[in-house]
Amino acid sequence: MPFSAPPPASGERYALSASLDNARHLSSLLRAVHFQDHATCLATASGLRVTVEDAKCIQANAFIQAEIFQEFSVQEESVMFRISLSVLLDCLTIFGTSSLPGTSTALRMCYHGYGYPLMLFLEEGGVVTVCKINTQEPDELLDFDFCSTKVVNKIILQSEGLREAFAELDMTSEVLQITMSPDKPYFRLSTFGNAGSAHLDYPRDSDLMEAFHCSQTQTNRYKISLLKPSTKALALSCKVSIRTDAQGFLSLQYMIRNEDGQICFVEYYCCPDENITEAEL
Amino acid sequence: LSRIGDELYLEPTESGLSLRAVNSSRSGFASFLFAPLFFQLYEPGSAGPETELFRCKVHMKSFLGIFRSLPSLEKSVGKCLILLKPRASRLVLQLHCKYGVTKTHNLAFQECERLQAVFDTQSCASHLCAPARLLADAVVHFPPMLAEVTLGTGPGGKISLRNYVEDEAEPSKTMVTELWLAEDEFQSVAVTPGSHITFCLKEFRGLLSFAEASNLPLTIHFDEPGRPMIFTLDDTVLEVHLVLATLSDLQSNSQSPSTNGVSHLPAPSDDFADDLESYMVAMETGEGDSERAPSPTFPLHTPWPAQREPEEEKEEEGAVPGTPPHKKFRSLFFGSVMTPGRPGVATTQEVLAEDSEGES
Repeated sequence: MPFSAPPPASGERYALSASLDNARHLSSLLRAVHFQDHATCLATASGLRVTVEDAKCIQANAFIQAEIFQEFSVQEESVMFRISLSVLLDCLTIFGTSSLPGTSTALRMCYHGYGYPLMLFLEEGGVVTVCKINTQEPDELLDFDFCSTKVVNKIILQSEGLREAFAELDMTSEVLQITMSPDKPYFRLSTFGNAGSAHLDYPRDSDLMEAFHCSQTQTNRYKISLLKPSTKALALSCKVSIRTDAQGFLSLQYMIRNEDGQICFVEYYCCPDENITEAEL
Repeated sequence: LSRIGDELYLEPTESGLSLRAVNSSRSGFASFLFAPLFFQLYEPGSAGPETELFRCKVHMKSFLGIFRSLPSLEKSVGKCLILLKPRASRLVLQLHCKYGVTKTHNLAFQECERLQAVFDTQSCASHLCAPARLLADAVVHFPPMLAEVTLGTGPGGKISLRNYVEDEAEPSKTMVTELWLAEDEFQSVAVTPGSHITFCLKEFRGLLSFAEASNLPLTIHFDEPGRPMIFTLDDTVLEVHLVLATLSDLQSNSQSPSTNGVSHLPAPSDDFADDLESYMVAMETGEGDSERAPSPTFPLHTPWPAQREPEEEKEEEGAVPGTPPHKKFRSLFFGSVMTPGRPGVATTQEVLAEDSEGES
């Protein structure tokens, strides 16, 4: 049940203030991008975007639209800060992570502005917890310059078909090789591990394939350790879109339906691996 | 098979596909022969007059990794295709799953010699056949980490199972579990009364779970202590053999063969409670009698046909640390394949010579 936060002492309004009846709508999405300790939060009128990066090669974004929140107001054009995602998640799930039917943690989030901590008010069953998490100077974020006009190959798959494959990826392989082609094998995931190579082929006419737009045969390799965290997003999602551009940059977009049936998105961008090691196809 | 060895030997034959494994101390061997009828399609390839059918071995873990999750396999996999490609040096396993998805695994393999333990169920003096369930219920009473167990035959056709206790173990600190099964619990009993045999329980457990799951009766063939014990499962499309080396009688090693070393414990009569006391006394004094014979140790390199691949030697050296529970077991006799033109194995490759340890 939402409750009102005390107004800021100076009488000014908060740079960012938001209320959410069910904190899980936020925490589950954030978990899907939690592969580094820190994240950059960007709040605009359209909603909240949380970005996590690693190795200057991979970037994950979790989008929670303003419509998901019961209340969402951003004073300036945009508000941006860096914060410990681990701590944020610990606070959001302070009442526990198991979801009992009927109970949920209510959240109110307030951010006064640059230099101020992020305030969280969490309530469940009449118990209130107040958290103040320090914020930092936001980092420069990678710009993959990935736009729809530059997409060479695009596939939309039902996540159900990929979940097991990603969970069972041969982690002794350094790379995950993705082949997309208008001809056979259409869509192939390959690993080259200690036991040998493994290929997972999805035909274009498979029931799992929602959309298949491949114009060119492309084979790209990505560091498997960087892509493995995307398994979490895959597990939450119902559909995933896989796109590559001319340089082999990979975009994975996951459509996630939350408990209330609302749609949110998580996306992962990844650079192709330049250190191509000898491996048989 | 993974309970026995770290490598899976694949041997296609005219009578089916044989999967085999051997343990590091060569005291345990298992083979599963799947008849051609088991498969939708079975093409073993052609063997010429000069060449044999191709066989290979792969790492057990790599092979098992492909079949990691059985429940999901059952739900999603329709067909499995296994191809052996000698020229590409790859064993290909292709799973055809639902939604048209295909998973192809290309495993690296090593060429190998034929792995065949020499044994003959006909020459065994004793045979037992029981539903797997009976034996599973019996072994559940023994601790999971127990290495060796002794099977004995008592008067009235009773069959006993007792955990094997090493002589150097202190009687006051060891727990002995013994259970007796009546003859009518078995499907068939054809044993030499008063016999006993000690074998490795751990390696047997693997086969037992398989037998239980497939609901097949288990047949046990054994002979004198020291001679291999053979467990078999038979089905129309599957033949399974597990051959385990057994502990030889301690006395007979160092003394005259006619001496029967291990004292026979009286089988409990139906007035069990009264007999228990005297039974325990007999056991303690009996154990005290037997002289501790030197245990046979294994040489680092098991005698093997000279044509063995260099990789096999590496495997032997690495295997030694893992063998402590089997120190007293002799190696099984592994025959070589006598193909024309190849030198035969020296017949002195019988059971291993024992080292005498300067033991206290």
